[in-house]
Amino acid sequence: MDISLMIALFVASAVRMAVPLLLGTLGESLTERAGNLNLGVEGLMMMGAATGFIAAYHTDNIALAILVGMLGSGFGALLYAILTITFRTKQDVTGLALTIFGTGFANTLGKSLANQNTPPAIREFAQATPLHLPLEPVASLPVLGPVLAFIDTAFLQHNWFVYLTFAAAVVGWIYLFRTREGLHLRMVGENPAAADASGIRVIAAKYVHVVIGGILCGLGGVYISVVNVGTYLENIVAGRGWIVVALVIFIRWDPLKAIAGSLLFGALEIVGFRIQHIEGLSSIPVFSQYAIDMYPYLMTIIVLVITYARKKAYQGPAALGVPYFREDR
Amino acid sequence: MRIRKILTLALAMMLVLGLVAGCAQSSATTTAAAGETTTAAAAETTTAAAAPAEKIKVGVIYISPKNDGGWSQAHADGFAAAVAAVGADKIDLKEIENVNDADAQQTETALNQLVADGCQIVFATSFGYMETTAKVASENPDVKFEHCSGYMSADNFANYFAQIEQPRFLAGIVAGRMTKSNTIGYVAAMQIPEVYRGINAFTLGVRSVNPDAVVKVTWTNTWFNPQLEKEAAISLIDSGADVLAQHQDSTAVQQAAQEKGVFGIGYDNPMYSEAIKDAYLTAPVFKWGAYYEQRLAAMLDSSWTTGAYWGGMNDGVVALDTMTALVPADVQTEVNALVDTMKAKGNDFVFAGPINDNTGAERVAAGSSLSADDQFAMDWFVEGVVEAK
Repeated sequence: MDISLMIALFVASAVRMAVPLLLGTLGESLTERAGNLNLGVEGLMMMGAATGFIAAYHTDNIALAILVGMLGSGFGALLYAILTITFRTKQDVTGLALTIFGTGFANTLGKSLANQNTPPAIREFAQATPLHLPLEPVASLPVLGPVLAFIDTAFLQHNWFVYLTFAAAVVGWIYLFRTREGLHLRMVGENPAAADASGIRVIAAKYVHVVIGGILCGLGGVYISVVNVGTYLENIVAGRGWIVVALVIFIRWDPLKAIAGSLLFGALEIVGFRIQHIEGLSSIPVFSQYAIDMYPYLMTIIVLVITYARKKAYQGPAALGVPYFREDR
Repeated sequence: MRIRKILTLALAMMLVLGLVAGCAQSSATTTAAAGETTTAAAAETTTAAAAPAEKIKVGVIYISPKNDGGWSQAHADGFAAAVAAVGADKIDLKEIENVNDADAQQTETALNQLVADGCQIVFATSFGYMETTAKVASENPDVKFEHCSGYMSADNFANYFAQIEQPRFLAGIVAGRMTKSNTIGYVAAMQIPEVYRGINAFTLGVRSVNPDAVVKVTWTNTWFNPQLEKEAAISLIDSGADVLAQHQDSTAVQQAAQEKGVFGIGYDNPMYSEAIKDAYLTAPVFKWGAYYEQRLAAMLDSSWTTGAYWGGMNDGVVALDTMTALVPADVQTEVNALVDTMKAKGNDFVFAGPINDNTGAERVAAGSSLSADDQFAMDWFVEGVVEAK
């Protein structure tokens, strides 16, 4: 096969794999920027996957499926928020409990629909490629033709859900670094006492961002069950929530870097298959599937080490994991 | 402050509830089963005088939910069929789902629960249960145990498995006839003999009718990760495959085939649904009901003995799912014509020599066939498989 087509198809596959990771990473970045470490990402994604699929199955309406998935995961995030923000429970323990709770919640709710498929209108939405270019007129042009064909195959043959996810990352970056509210949020995560003193409503900011963050994670689950695979199965998220927790550190809590990070981690999930089809390459040990499965975590560790070594690098929200208690000051 | 404490407690309780629902769904089912026992026992005392024949209590543990659409569902459907066949009034079926086979303690608890419930025979339906089941069997000599896909046995502990290679071979013929690009994709799970056997049987089927076709294998190194399986399938389609086969349980591969306009061959259970109607051709399927019926009948007339069962199409424990209308009539006829031969000769027919491996070395000479031991230890590919280690 033509090498540029091969690469384009590989990138397209990586984009699809990146979507749930990106949504989870955006959600967890917002949550952590508010000073809350939520280890319940896997649970939230499962809640979104199950509730979204139930709505999709019964209504055949993608908007309703997304909405219900948001409500389902929002509920999980709200539980976590009440416990960690109002009652100041240990964030790590509560997050782990949320993973178990969310998985159990999803499996209980989704049990009767396990292995069912999404109905026709949802499948049509998932398979539609609204931005696909009509390339026949330019296909024969010398440089432009192949370049456009590459871009089209790699990036423009996806559904709206994919594009909105990447748009959400850009919006998230603008919000975090170019708006007053974003500045306030970062302040809450760095130094809630100072934020409080300057008139920012710390508790409210934490609640809002933890819940929205959880909803974004849940949308990652909705993507997997409703949009991508089109089936609900027990534990369909298959550990991506944990990859997200590592990815957030890898991208230094920055939504724009999250795009690159999730594409890279997504690509690493599938690069093994693609390499398996290239003669010679796959017999090299560093390209074996087993080695490749390890790379996301290995890279996260490397990034951690590098950033800790470089004093100037951003080390994450200073008040991450610390419950805020006004009278503590 | 008090309200706050109560609220914390309430929320914490909710999370614990989730923990119970998620982590120990099996124990929830057990409780339900135990509840049934009490009512059943109560019913027994009232009807004992009228009907002296006592029900045989049969316990089963599954690794996943009964409706997982794959491995466990094949077993659960088998038990349902067997109970219906020998008489629902004679069997009291107690099932525990989601028993993690990597968790020996959980497995042991589930098995002991079934023994405590009075089960006279207990079936453990996943490979990983083997050693724990052997242990529990040695502690309960009066109870019979059966384990699927293992190799251990004792006086009260039998093992059983089915020769899915036979319908795999037939599915290979379908694939070999349906491919236009002469490239068939195979989404494989883990690099263990069972998976190699499946791929090889399938490929031998393909090459028996289409010696030019190759089977490209992609490893996911997971048993369960539907999104990844789907991408693996798409990578095979991208590299030229126009018929896909699979080892994992989920329909993700079939959906990839449907979306990309190629054909798909499933596994474990009949997979046809409206959502994959333009792709799904057929699937090698387990029909455990045939075996379970035999064993339950043996329990009823007290003729149960231990053993190591490895049945094939002749016993009806495996079959090729009804081919869909996408398979041309002449291909269907060709495949169906082989069923009798397959039933008569079994895996000797599937793995009949001459067989070369995919490096060209001869593995099975003409006139002989691969021994059962070699089948169980298979870690090489037959000619026609394109794979990267």
